[in-house]
Amino acid sequence: MAEDKKKTTIIPIGPYHPLQEEPEFFELHVEGEKVVKLDINIGYNHRGIEKLSESMHFDQVPFLVERICGICSTSHPFAYVNAVEDLAGIEIPDRAKYIRSIIGELERLHSHLLWLGLAGHFLGYNTVWMWVWKVREPVLELFEKITGNRNHYAMFKIGGVRRDIPNDEINAIMKTCDEIAKFLEMLYKVVMDDPVLVARTKGVGILTKEEAIEWGVVGPTARASGVDIDVRRDDPYAAYDMVEWKVIVTQNGDVFDKVVVRILECFESIKIIKGCLKGLEKTKEGNIETVVKNIPPGEGIGRHEAPRGEVFHYVRSDGTNRPIRHKIRAPSYMNVPSNQVAAIKGTISDAALVLAAVDPCYCCTERCAIVDLKTNQSRIISGDELVRMCQEKTKKIIEEMGIKNE
Amino acid sequence: MTIEELKQRLGEKIIGVYEKNKQRYYIDIHPKDILECARIMFKEFGARLATATGIDTPKGFEILYHFSYDKNGKIFTLRVLIEDKKNPEIDSITLVTKAAEWIEREIYEMLGIKFKNHPNLKRLLLSDDFPKDIYPLRQG
Repeated sequence: MAEDKKKTTIIPIGPYHPLQEEPEFFELHVEGEKVVKLDINIGYNHRGIEKLSESMHFDQVPFLVERICGICSTSHPFAYVNAVEDLAGIEIPDRAKYIRSIIGELERLHSHLLWLGLAGHFLGYNTVWMWVWKVREPVLELFEKITGNRNHYAMFKIGGVRRDIPNDEINAIMKTCDEIAKFLEMLYKVVMDDPVLVARTKGVGILTKEEAIEWGVVGPTARASGVDIDVRRDDPYAAYDMVEWKVIVTQNGDVFDKVVVRILECFESIKIIKGCLKGLEKTKEGNIETVVKNIPPGEGIGRHEAPRGEVFHYVRSDGTNRPIRHKIRAPSYMNVPSNQVAAIKGTISDAALVLAAVDPCYCCTERCAIVDLKTNQSRIISGDELVRMCQEKTKKIIEEMGIKNE
Repeated sequence: MTIEELKQRLGEKIIGVYEKNKQRYYIDIHPKDILECARIMFKEFGARLATATGIDTPKGFEILYHFSYDKNGKIFTLRVLIEDKKNPEIDSITLVTKAAEWIEREIYEMLGIKFKNHPNLKRLLLSDDFPKDIYPLRQG
Protein backbone atom coordinates (compact mmCIF):
# COMPACT_ATOMS: atom_id res chain seq x y z
CA MET A 1 0.00 0.00 0.00
CA ALA A 2 2.87 2.34 0.80
CA GLU A 3 4.05 1.96 -2.76
CA ASP A 4 0.69 3.02 -4.18
CA LYS A 5 0.77 6.11 -2.07
CA LYS A 6 4.13 7.07 -3.47
CA LYS A 7 2.86 6.93 -7.02
CA THR A 8 -0.36 8.80 -6.50
CA THR A 9 -0.85 12.33 -5.42
CA ILE A 10 -4.29 13.51 -4.59
CA ILE A 11 -5.07 17.16 -4.78
CA PRO A 12 -8.51 18.43 -3.89
CA ILE A 13 -9.70 20.97 -6.40
CA GLY A 14 -11.61 24.11 -5.57
CA PRO A 15 -12.32 25.81 -2.29
CA TYR A 16 -14.37 24.08 0.34
CA HIS A 17 -17.82 25.37 1.12
CA PRO A 18 -18.53 24.41 4.72
CA LEU A 19 -21.75 26.37 4.79
CA GLN A 20 -23.43 24.93 1.75
CA GLU A 21 -21.94 21.55 1.21
CA GLU A 22 -20.37 19.38 3.79
CA PRO A 23 -16.75 18.82 2.92
CA GLU A 24 -15.68 15.25 3.19
CA PHE A 25 -13.05 13.79 0.98
CA PHE A 26 -13.49 10.32 -0.40
CA GLU A 27 -10.64 8.69 -2.24
CA LEU A 28 -11.86 5.95 -4.51
CA HIS A 29 -9.18 3.51 -5.59
CA VAL A 30 -10.34 1.83 -8.77
CA GLU A 31 -9.32 -0.89 -11.19
CA GLY A 32 -11.04 0.00 -14.44
CA GLU A 33 -14.62 0.61 -13.37
CA LYS A 34 -14.44 -1.39 -10.18
CA VAL A 35 -13.88 0.29 -6.83
CA VAL A 36 -11.30 -1.68 -4.84
CA LYS A 37 -10.50 0.63 -1.97
CA LEU A 38 -11.99 3.66 -0.32
CA ASP A 39 -10.22 6.18 1.88
CA ILE A 40 -12.25 8.68 3.83
CA ASN A 41 -10.82 11.96 5.03
CA ILE A 42 -12.95 14.12 7.29
CA GLY A 43 -12.44 17.02 9.63
CA TYR A 44 -12.85 19.94 7.24
CA ASN A 45 -15.88 20.98 9.19
CA HIS A 46 -14.54 20.39 12.69
CA ARG A 47 -15.60 23.25 14.96
CA GLY A 48 -14.53 21.97 18.37
CA ILE A 49 -18.07 21.93 19.74
CA GLU A 50 -17.16 19.53 22.57
CA LYS A 51 -14.57 22.01 23.81
CA LEU A 52 -16.91 24.98 23.32
CA SER A 53 -19.55 23.23 25.36
CA GLU A 54 -17.24 23.20 28.38
CA SER A 55 -17.30 27.01 28.34
CA MET A 56 -21.08 27.38 28.42
CA HIS A 57 -23.51 26.87 31.23
CA PHE A 58 -25.91 23.94 31.10
CA ASP A 59 -28.85 25.94 29.79
CA GLN A 60 -26.88 27.45 26.90
CA VAL A 61 -25.59 24.14 25.58
CA PRO A 62 -28.84 23.13 23.77
CA PHE A 63 -28.47 26.19 21.51
CA LEU A 64 -24.88 25.26 20.77
CA VAL A 65 -25.47 21.60 19.97
CA GLU A 66 -28.52 22.49 17.89
CA ARG A 67 -26.06 24.05 15.47
CA ILE A 68 -24.06 20.87 14.92
CA CYS A 69 -26.38 19.96 12.07
CA GLY A 70 -28.98 21.92 10.17
CA ILE A 71 -31.07 18.98 9.05
CA CYS A 72 -31.31 17.05 12.27
CA SER A 73 -31.01 20.15 14.40
CA THR A 74 -33.28 18.93 17.16
CA SER A 75 -31.59 15.56 17.61
CA HIS A 76 -28.56 16.87 19.47
CA PRO A 77 -30.49 19.02 21.99
CA PHE A 78 -32.81 16.00 22.43
CA ALA A 79 -29.92 13.68 23.33
CA TYR A 80 -28.27 16.37 25.45
CA VAL A 81 -31.32 17.06 27.62
CA ASN A 82 -31.77 13.29 27.99
CA ALA A 83 -28.17 13.09 29.22
CA VAL A 84 -28.52 15.92 31.75
CA GLU A 85 -31.86 14.56 32.96
CA ASP A 86 -30.16 11.17 33.38
CA LEU A 87 -27.35 12.87 35.28
CA ALA A 88 -29.62 14.78 37.65
CA GLY A 89 -32.53 12.32 37.76
CA ILE A 90 -35.09 14.84 36.50
CA GLU A 91 -38.63 13.77 35.59
CA ILE A 92 -40.51 15.89 33.08
CA PRO A 93 -44.28 16.45 32.66
CA ASP A 94 -46.20 14.25 30.18
CA ARG A 95 -47.11 17.20 27.99
CA ALA A 96 -43.43 18.05 27.52
CA LYS A 97 -42.78 14.40 26.61
CA TYR A 98 -45.44 14.50 23.90
CA ILE A 99 -44.16 17.77 22.48
CA ARG A 100 -40.60 16.45 22.40
CA SER A 101 -41.67 13.38 20.46
CA ILE A 102 -43.75 15.44 18.03
CA ILE A 103 -40.77 17.68 17.23
CA GLY A 104 -38.47 14.66 16.93
CA GLU A 105 -40.78 12.85 14.52
CA LEU A 106 -41.61 15.89 12.40
CA GLU A 107 -37.87 16.27 12.00
CA ARG A 108 -37.55 12.64 10.92
CA LEU A 109 -40.30 13.22 8.35
CA HIS A 110 -38.64 16.21 6.75
CA SER A 111 -35.20 14.62 6.90
CA HIS A 112 -36.33 11.37 5.26
CA LEU A 113 -38.24 13.32 2.60
CA LEU A 114 -35.12 15.37 1.90
CA TRP A 115 -33.11 12.18 1.46
CA LEU A 116 -35.74 10.55 -0.75
CA GLY A 117 -35.71 13.60 -3.01
CA LEU A 118 -31.94 13.52 -3.28
CA ALA A 119 -31.95 9.78 -3.91
CA GLY A 120 -34.27 10.53 -6.82
CA HIS A 121 -31.83 13.14 -8.08
CA PHE A 122 -28.85 10.79 -7.82
CA LEU A 123 -30.78 8.19 -9.80
CA GLY A 124 -31.69 10.66 -12.53
CA TYR A 125 -35.33 10.94 -11.48
CA ASN A 126 -35.44 14.68 -11.11
CA THR A 127 -39.24 14.67 -11.12
CA VAL A 128 -39.20 12.57 -7.96
CA TRP A 129 -36.74 15.03 -6.45
CA MET A 130 -38.92 18.10 -7.02
CA TRP A 131 -42.07 16.22 -6.17
CA VAL A 132 -40.83 14.97 -2.81
CA TRP A 133 -39.42 18.33 -1.83
CA LYS A 134 -42.77 19.90 -2.60
CA VAL A 135 -44.32 17.63 0.02
CA ARG A 136 -41.52 18.39 2.47
CA GLU A 137 -42.45 22.06 2.40
CA PRO A 138 -45.68 21.73 4.49
CA VAL A 139 -43.62 20.02 7.22
CA LEU A 140 -41.29 23.01 7.41
CA GLU A 141 -44.27 25.36 7.44
CA LEU A 142 -45.69 23.36 10.30
CA PHE A 143 -42.41 23.81 12.15
CA GLU A 144 -42.57 27.53 11.58
CA LYS A 145 -46.06 27.59 13.00
CA ILE A 146 -45.19 25.53 16.09
CA THR A 147 -41.71 26.83 16.92
CA GLY A 148 -41.30 30.05 14.96
CA ASN A 149 -38.51 28.61 12.79
CA ARG A 150 -38.24 26.35 9.77
CA ASN A 151 -35.03 24.99 11.26
CA HIS A 152 -33.17 25.35 14.58
CA TYR A 153 -36.34 25.16 16.61
CA ALA A 154 -34.89 25.98 20.05
CA MET A 155 -37.65 23.93 21.66
CA PHE A 156 -35.61 21.90 24.11
CA LYS A 157 -34.50 22.81 27.59
CA ILE A 158 -33.42 20.79 30.58
CA GLY A 159 -36.61 19.81 32.37
CA GLY A 160 -39.04 20.25 29.49
CA VAL A 161 -39.67 22.35 26.40
CA ARG A 162 -39.59 26.08 25.83
CA ARG A 163 -42.92 26.52 24.02
CA ASP A 164 -46.27 24.83 24.25
CA ILE A 165 -48.31 23.56 21.30
CA PRO A 166 -51.74 25.15 21.85
CA ASN A 167 -54.56 22.62 21.61
CA ASP A 168 -56.28 24.57 18.84
CA GLU A 169 -53.32 23.89 16.53
CA ILE A 170 -53.74 20.13 16.81
CA ASN A 171 -56.20 19.85 13.91
CA ALA A 172 -53.93 21.67 11.49
CA ILE A 173 -51.04 19.32 12.30
CA MET A 174 -53.32 16.28 11.90
CA LYS A 175 -54.44 17.54 8.49
CA THR A 176 -50.87 18.05 7.22
CA CYS A 177 -49.95 14.56 8.43
CA ASP A 178 -52.87 13.06 6.51
CA GLU A 179 -51.83 14.83 3.32
CA ILE A 180 -48.24 13.63 3.63
CA ALA A 181 -49.41 10.07 4.34
CA LYS A 182 -51.50 10.11 1.17
CA PHE A 183 -48.52 11.18 -0.92
CA LEU A 184 -46.21 8.66 0.75
CA GLU A 185 -48.59 5.82 -0.05
CA MET A 186 -48.39 6.74 -3.71
CA LEU A 187 -44.60 7.14 -3.55
CA TYR A 188 -44.23 3.74 -1.89
CA LYS A 189 -46.24 2.08 -4.66
CA VAL A 190 -44.19 3.90 -7.31
CA VAL A 191 -40.90 2.71 -5.79
CA MET A 192 -42.06 -0.87 -5.44
CA ASP A 193 -43.53 -1.04 -8.95
CA ASP A 194 -40.95 0.82 -11.00
CA PRO A 195 -38.80 -1.82 -12.73
CA VAL A 196 -35.99 0.65 -13.43
CA LEU A 197 -35.74 1.86 -9.85
CA VAL A 198 -35.71 -1.72 -8.62
CA ALA A 199 -33.05 -2.76 -11.18
CA ARG A 200 -30.94 0.28 -10.31
CA THR A 201 -30.95 -0.12 -6.53
CA LYS A 202 -31.49 -3.83 -5.79
CA GLY A 203 -28.27 -5.59 -4.88
CA VAL A 204 -26.28 -2.35 -5.01
CA GLY A 205 -23.99 -1.41 -2.13
CA ILE A 206 -24.90 -4.32 0.09
CA LEU A 207 -23.94 -4.08 3.74
CA THR A 208 -24.48 -7.52 5.28
CA LYS A 209 -25.82 -8.03 8.78
CA GLU A 210 -22.43 -9.25 10.02
CA GLU A 211 -20.70 -6.19 8.57
CA ALA A 212 -23.34 -3.89 10.04
CA ILE A 213 -22.72 -5.35 13.51
CA GLU A 214 -18.93 -5.31 13.07
CA TRP A 215 -18.89 -1.62 12.10
CA GLY A 216 -21.47 -0.70 14.73
CA VAL A 217 -23.73 1.14 12.29
CA VAL A 218 -26.96 2.67 13.55
CA GLY A 219 -30.34 3.86 12.33
CA PRO A 220 -31.85 3.03 8.92
CA THR A 221 -28.42 1.85 7.72
CA ALA A 222 -28.46 -0.87 10.39
CA ARG A 223 -32.16 -1.65 10.14
CA ALA A 224 -31.97 -2.14 6.36
CA SER A 225 -29.30 -4.79 7.02
CA GLY A 226 -31.51 -6.74 9.40
CA VAL A 227 -30.10 -5.34 12.67
CA ASP A 228 -33.16 -4.76 14.79
CA ILE A 229 -32.14 -1.72 16.87
CA ASP A 230 -33.95 1.51 17.61
CA VAL A 231 -33.25 3.61 20.70
CA ARG A 232 -36.84 4.82 20.77
CA ARG A 233 -38.00 1.28 21.52
CA ASP A 234 -34.93 -0.21 23.24
CA ASP A 235 -34.27 2.54 25.78
CA PRO A 236 -37.53 4.53 25.78
CA TYR A 237 -37.53 8.25 26.50
CA ALA A 238 -39.93 11.14 25.87
CA ALA A 239 -43.33 9.74 24.76
CA TYR A 240 -42.12 6.85 22.63
CA ASP A 241 -43.39 4.21 25.05
CA MET A 242 -46.71 6.01 25.44
CA VAL A 243 -47.90 5.62 21.83
CA GLU A 244 -48.33 2.74 19.37
CA TRP A 245 -45.75 2.26 16.61
CA LYS A 246 -43.31 -0.33 15.34
CA VAL A 247 -39.69 -0.58 14.23
CA ILE A 248 -39.11 -1.17 10.50
CA VAL A 249 -36.49 -3.81 9.69
CA THR A 250 -35.57 -5.28 6.30
CA GLN A 251 -32.98 -7.94 5.52
CA ASN A 252 -31.05 -7.24 2.30
CA GLY A 253 -28.88 -4.25 3.22
CA ASP A 254 -28.84 -2.79 -0.31
CA VAL A 255 -29.82 0.69 -1.45
CA PHE A 256 -33.34 -0.48 -2.30
CA ASP A 257 -33.91 -1.64 1.27
CA LYS A 258 -32.61 1.62 2.63
CA VAL A 259 -35.18 3.48 0.51
CA VAL A 260 -37.96 1.16 1.68
CA VAL A 261 -36.98 1.47 5.36
CA ARG A 262 -37.03 5.24 5.16
CA ILE A 263 -40.40 5.44 3.40
CA LEU A 264 -42.00 3.02 5.86
CA GLU A 265 -40.48 4.90 8.80
CA CYS A 266 -42.26 8.03 7.62
CA PHE A 267 -45.59 6.22 8.11
CA GLU A 268 -44.52 5.24 11.62
CA SER A 269 -43.51 8.83 12.36
CA ILE A 270 -46.95 10.00 11.32
CA LYS A 271 -48.47 7.35 13.60
CA ILE A 272 -46.35 8.60 16.53
CA ILE A 273 -47.21 12.25 15.86
CA LYS A 274 -50.92 11.46 15.77
CA GLY A 275 -50.67 9.43 18.98
CA CYS A 276 -48.85 12.29 20.69
CA LEU A 277 -51.38 14.85 19.48
CA LYS A 278 -54.14 12.74 21.07
CA GLY A 279 -52.03 12.70 24.23
CA LEU A 280 -51.75 16.49 24.15
CA GLU A 281 -55.53 16.76 24.22
CA LYS A 282 -55.58 14.82 27.48
CA THR A 283 -52.99 16.95 29.30
CA LYS A 284 -53.26 20.47 30.66
CA GLU A 285 -52.06 23.33 28.46
CA GLY A 286 -49.03 25.18 29.80
CA ASN A 287 -47.66 22.36 31.98
CA ILE A 288 -44.49 21.94 29.94
CA GLU A 289 -41.53 22.01 32.29
CA THR A 290 -40.03 20.97 35.59
CA VAL A 291 -38.02 23.83 37.04
CA VAL A 292 -34.38 22.83 37.40
CA LYS A 293 -32.13 25.02 39.51
CA ASN A 294 -28.91 23.09 40.01
CA ILE A 295 -27.13 20.33 38.21
CA PRO A 296 -25.45 18.10 40.80
CA PRO A 297 -22.02 16.55 40.25
CA GLY A 298 -22.14 13.26 38.37
CA GLU A 299 -22.33 11.81 34.90
CA GLY A 300 -25.14 11.04 32.51
CA ILE A 301 -25.72 9.43 29.14
CA GLY A 302 -28.50 10.48 26.80
CA ARG A 303 -29.50 9.06 23.46
CA HIS A 304 -31.96 9.91 20.75
CA GLU A 305 -32.84 8.06 17.57
CA ALA A 306 -32.15 10.79 15.02
CA PRO A 307 -33.26 10.34 11.38
CA ARG A 308 -29.83 8.85 10.63
CA GLY A 309 -29.55 6.74 13.77
CA GLU A 310 -28.54 6.92 17.40
CA VAL A 311 -27.15 10.23 18.68
CA PHE A 312 -25.06 9.71 21.80
CA HIS A 313 -24.23 12.36 24.41
CA TYR A 314 -22.20 11.92 27.57
CA VAL A 315 -22.15 14.77 30.09
CA ARG A 316 -20.07 15.04 33.23
CA SER A 317 -20.64 17.71 35.84
CA ASP A 318 -18.52 18.69 38.83
CA GLY A 319 -21.31 20.63 40.49
CA THR A 320 -20.57 23.98 38.87
CA ASN A 321 -22.84 25.49 36.23
CA ARG A 322 -20.88 24.15 33.28
CA PRO A 323 -20.20 20.62 32.05
CA ILE A 324 -16.57 19.60 32.54
CA ARG A 325 -16.83 17.09 29.71
CA HIS A 326 -19.42 16.77 26.99
CA LYS A 327 -18.90 13.97 24.50
CA ILE A 328 -21.01 14.00 21.36
CA ARG A 329 -21.30 11.22 18.82
CA ALA A 330 -23.44 11.72 15.74
CA PRO A 331 -24.82 8.74 13.79
CA SER A 332 -22.87 9.41 10.59
CA TYR A 333 -19.71 8.90 12.64
CA MET A 334 -20.64 5.22 12.75
CA ASN A 335 -22.33 4.94 9.35
CA VAL A 336 -19.83 6.66 7.04
CA PRO A 337 -16.88 4.32 7.81
CA SER A 338 -19.05 1.35 6.76
CA ASN A 339 -18.78 2.66 3.18
CA GLN A 340 -15.30 1.17 3.25
CA VAL A 341 -16.99 -2.20 2.81
CA ALA A 342 -20.29 -1.22 1.16
CA ALA A 343 -18.82 0.86 -1.68
CA ILE A 344 -15.98 -1.43 -2.71
CA LYS A 345 -18.29 -4.05 -4.13
CA GLY A 346 -19.55 -1.89 -6.98
CA THR A 347 -18.58 0.35 -9.86
CA ILE A 348 -17.78 4.06 -9.92
CA SER A 349 -21.25 4.80 -11.25
CA ASP A 350 -22.76 3.18 -8.17
CA ALA A 351 -20.43 4.99 -5.79
CA ALA A 352 -22.42 8.23 -5.54
CA LEU A 353 -25.53 6.24 -4.77
CA VAL A 354 -23.93 3.99 -2.17
CA LEU A 355 -22.13 6.83 -0.42
CA ALA A 356 -25.40 8.74 -0.30
CA ALA A 357 -27.42 5.73 0.86
CA VAL A 358 -26.24 6.01 4.46
CA ASP A 359 -27.57 9.59 4.34
CA PRO A 360 -24.28 11.12 5.46
CA CYS A 361 -25.76 14.61 5.64
CA TYR A 362 -25.34 14.56 1.82
CA CYS A 363 -22.94 16.41 -0.37
CA CYS A 364 -20.13 14.41 1.10
CA THR A 365 -19.49 13.01 -2.35
CA GLU A 366 -18.87 16.44 -3.75
CA ARG A 367 -15.14 16.10 -4.15
CA CYS A 368 -13.80 12.72 -5.12
CA ALA A 369 -10.42 11.57 -6.33
CA ILE A 370 -10.35 8.55 -8.58
CA VAL A 371 -7.09 6.64 -8.59
CA ASP A 372 -6.63 4.06 -11.33
CA LEU A 373 -4.49 1.35 -9.80
CA LYS A 374 -3.55 -0.15 -13.17
CA THR A 375 -2.06 2.99 -14.63
CA ASN A 376 -1.39 4.62 -11.26
CA GLN A 377 -2.74 7.86 -12.56
CA SER A 378 -4.98 9.91 -10.43
CA ARG A 379 -7.66 12.23 -11.61
CA ILE A 380 -9.98 14.33 -9.56
CA ILE A 381 -13.61 14.26 -10.52
CA SER A 382 -16.29 16.43 -9.05
CA GLY A 383 -19.47 15.33 -7.34
CA ASP A 384 -21.42 16.59 -10.35
CA GLU A 385 -19.58 14.18 -12.59
CA LEU A 386 -20.22 11.28 -10.20
CA VAL A 387 -23.92 12.09 -10.13
CA ARG A 388 -23.92 12.28 -13.94
CA MET A 389 -22.31 8.83 -14.19
CA CYS A 390 -24.88 7.52 -11.75
CA GLN A 391 -27.73 9.00 -13.79
CA GLU A 392 -26.34 7.66 -17.06
CA LYS A 393 -26.37 4.15 -15.70
CA THR A 394 -30.08 4.53 -14.92
CA LYS A 395 -30.67 5.73 -18.49
CA LYS A 396 -28.84 2.69 -19.81
CA ILE A 397 -31.05 0.40 -17.77
CA ILE A 398 -34.12 2.20 -19.12
CA GLU A 399 -32.89 1.68 -22.69
CA GLU A 400 -32.07 -1.97 -22.10
CA MET A 401 -35.53 -2.55 -20.71
CA GLY A 402 -37.04 -0.82 -23.72
CA ILE A 403 -39.09 1.59 -21.65
CA LYS A 404 -40.11 4.80 -23.36
CA ASN A 405 -39.56 7.61 -20.94
CA GLU A 406 -40.58 11.20 -21.38
CA MET B 1 -27.14 -9.19 29.63
CA THR B 2 -27.65 -8.05 33.22
CA ILE B 3 -25.08 -6.54 35.54
CA GLU B 4 -25.01 -9.82 37.51
CA GLU B 5 -24.07 -11.81 34.42
CA LEU B 6 -21.41 -9.29 33.58
CA LYS B 7 -19.98 -9.31 37.11
CA GLN B 8 -19.79 -13.09 36.98
CA ARG B 9 -18.12 -13.17 33.56
CA LEU B 10 -15.56 -10.42 34.18
CA GLY B 11 -14.89 -11.65 37.71
CA GLU B 12 -11.73 -10.27 39.22
CA LYS B 13 -11.10 -7.88 36.35
CA ILE B 14 -13.68 -5.56 37.90
CA ILE B 15 -12.27 -2.95 40.26
CA GLY B 16 -15.62 -1.36 41.03
CA VAL B 17 -19.19 -1.05 39.78
CA TYR B 18 -21.30 2.08 39.95
CA GLU B 19 -25.01 1.78 39.24
CA LYS B 20 -26.26 5.18 38.16
CA ASN B 21 -29.75 3.79 37.58
CA LYS B 22 -31.34 0.65 36.17
CA GLN B 23 -30.25 1.53 32.60
CA ARG B 24 -26.75 2.93 33.17
CA TYR B 25 -23.80 1.07 34.69
CA TYR B 26 -20.19 2.16 35.01
CA ILE B 27 -17.61 -0.57 35.50
CA ASP B 28 -14.03 0.28 36.50
CA ILE B 29 -11.37 -1.99 35.06
CA HIS B 30 -7.59 -1.95 34.75
CA PRO B 31 -6.21 -0.61 31.42
CA LYS B 32 -4.33 -3.87 30.78
CA ASP B 33 -7.62 -5.80 30.73
CA ILE B 34 -9.41 -3.61 28.17
CA LEU B 35 -8.79 -5.81 25.13
CA GLU B 36 -10.11 -8.93 26.83
CA CYS B 37 -13.06 -7.11 28.40
CA ALA B 38 -14.00 -5.47 25.09
CA ARG B 39 -13.86 -8.88 23.43
CA ILE B 40 -16.19 -10.34 26.04
CA MET B 41 -18.60 -7.40 25.71
CA PHE B 42 -18.70 -7.43 21.91
CA LYS B 43 -18.18 -11.06 20.91
CA GLU B 44 -19.71 -12.94 23.83
CA PHE B 45 -22.51 -10.66 25.00
CA GLY B 46 -23.17 -8.99 21.65
CA ALA B 47 -23.05 -5.44 23.01
CA ARG B 48 -22.43 -2.68 20.46
CA LEU B 49 -19.69 -0.11 21.01
CA ALA B 50 -21.64 3.14 20.89
CA THR B 51 -18.55 5.29 21.32
CA ALA B 52 -15.74 6.07 23.75
CA THR B 53 -15.08 9.22 25.76
CA GLY B 54 -11.61 10.40 26.68
CA ILE B 55 -11.28 12.74 29.65
CA ASP B 56 -8.28 14.51 31.13
CA THR B 57 -8.64 14.38 34.92
CA PRO B 58 -6.19 15.34 37.68
CA LYS B 59 -5.53 11.63 38.39
CA GLY B 60 -4.83 10.69 34.79
CA PHE B 61 -6.59 10.06 31.51
CA GLU B 62 -9.92 8.34 31.76
CA ILE B 63 -11.35 6.47 28.80
CA LEU B 64 -14.96 5.39 28.96
CA TYR B 65 -16.01 2.69 26.51
CA HIS B 66 -19.79 2.93 26.19
CA PHE B 67 -21.22 -0.45 25.25
CA SER B 68 -24.90 -0.45 24.38
CA TYR B 69 -26.83 -3.67 24.86
CA ASP B 70 -29.77 -3.08 22.58
CA LYS B 71 -31.93 -6.01 23.68
CA ASN B 72 -32.75 -4.23 26.94
CA GLY B 73 -31.48 -0.72 26.23
CA LYS B 74 -28.88 -0.74 29.01
CA ILE B 75 -25.53 0.99 28.60
CA PHE B 76 -22.52 -0.65 30.25
CA THR B 77 -19.60 1.73 30.37
CA LEU B 78 -16.14 0.27 30.90
CA ARG B 79 -13.97 2.87 32.56
CA VAL B 80 -10.18 2.75 32.57
CA LEU B 81 -7.77 5.19 34.19
CA ILE B 82 -4.37 5.67 32.57
CA GLU B 83 -2.23 7.14 35.32
CA ASP B 84 0.92 7.73 33.28
CA LYS B 85 0.22 11.24 31.98
CA LYS B 86 3.61 11.68 30.35
CA ASN B 87 3.41 8.74 28.02
CA PRO B 88 -0.18 7.48 27.98
CA GLU B 89 -0.90 4.32 26.04
CA ILE B 90 -3.44 1.53 25.97
CA ASP B 91 -4.31 -1.46 23.74
CA SER B 92 -6.44 -0.65 20.73
CA ILE B 93 -9.76 -2.50 20.58
CA THR B 94 -10.18 -1.91 16.83
CA LEU B 95 -9.17 -5.52 16.21
CA VAL B 96 -12.18 -6.58 18.28
CA THR B 97 -14.69 -4.19 16.71
CA LYS B 98 -14.24 -1.89 13.72
CA ALA B 99 -16.55 0.58 15.41
CA ALA B 100 -13.59 1.69 17.54
CA GLU B 101 -11.37 2.74 14.64
CA TRP B 102 -12.41 6.37 14.27
CA ILE B 103 -13.01 7.13 17.94
CA GLU B 104 -9.56 5.83 18.90
CA ARG B 105 -8.01 8.05 16.25
CA GLU B 106 -9.97 10.98 17.63
CA ILE B 107 -8.86 10.35 21.23
CA TYR B 108 -5.30 9.94 19.94
CA GLU B 109 -5.24 13.39 18.36
CA MET B 110 -7.34 15.21 20.98
CA LEU B 111 -5.71 13.81 24.14
CA GLY B 112 -2.49 12.29 22.87
CA ILE B 113 -3.19 8.76 24.05
CA LYS B 114 -1.42 6.14 21.98
CA PHE B 115 -3.41 3.07 20.98
CA LYS B 116 -1.15 0.04 20.65
CA ASN B 117 -1.74 -2.17 17.58
CA HIS B 118 -4.24 0.23 15.99
CA PRO B 119 -4.21 -0.57 12.24
CA ASN B 120 -4.31 3.05 11.09
CA LEU B 121 -3.38 5.40 13.92
CA LYS B 122 -3.35 8.81 12.26
CA ARG B 123 -5.25 12.02 12.75
CA LEU B 124 -8.97 12.01 12.04
CA LEU B 125 -10.26 15.56 12.44
CA LEU B 126 -7.28 17.85 12.92
CA SER B 127 -5.45 19.07 9.86
CA ASP B 128 -1.94 17.89 9.06
CA ASP B 129 -0.34 21.27 9.81
CA PHE B 130 -1.77 21.44 13.34
CA PRO B 131 1.16 21.50 15.84
CA LYS B 132 2.29 17.99 16.79
CA ASP B 133 2.57 18.45 20.56
CA ILE B 134 -0.67 20.32 21.27
CA TYR B 135 -3.64 18.23 22.33
CA PRO B 136 -6.84 20.32 22.32
CA LEU B 137 -8.78 18.43 24.96
CA ARG B 138 -6.00 18.31 27.55
CA GLN B 139 -6.66 20.54 30.54
CA GLY B 140 -4.39 23.40 31.56
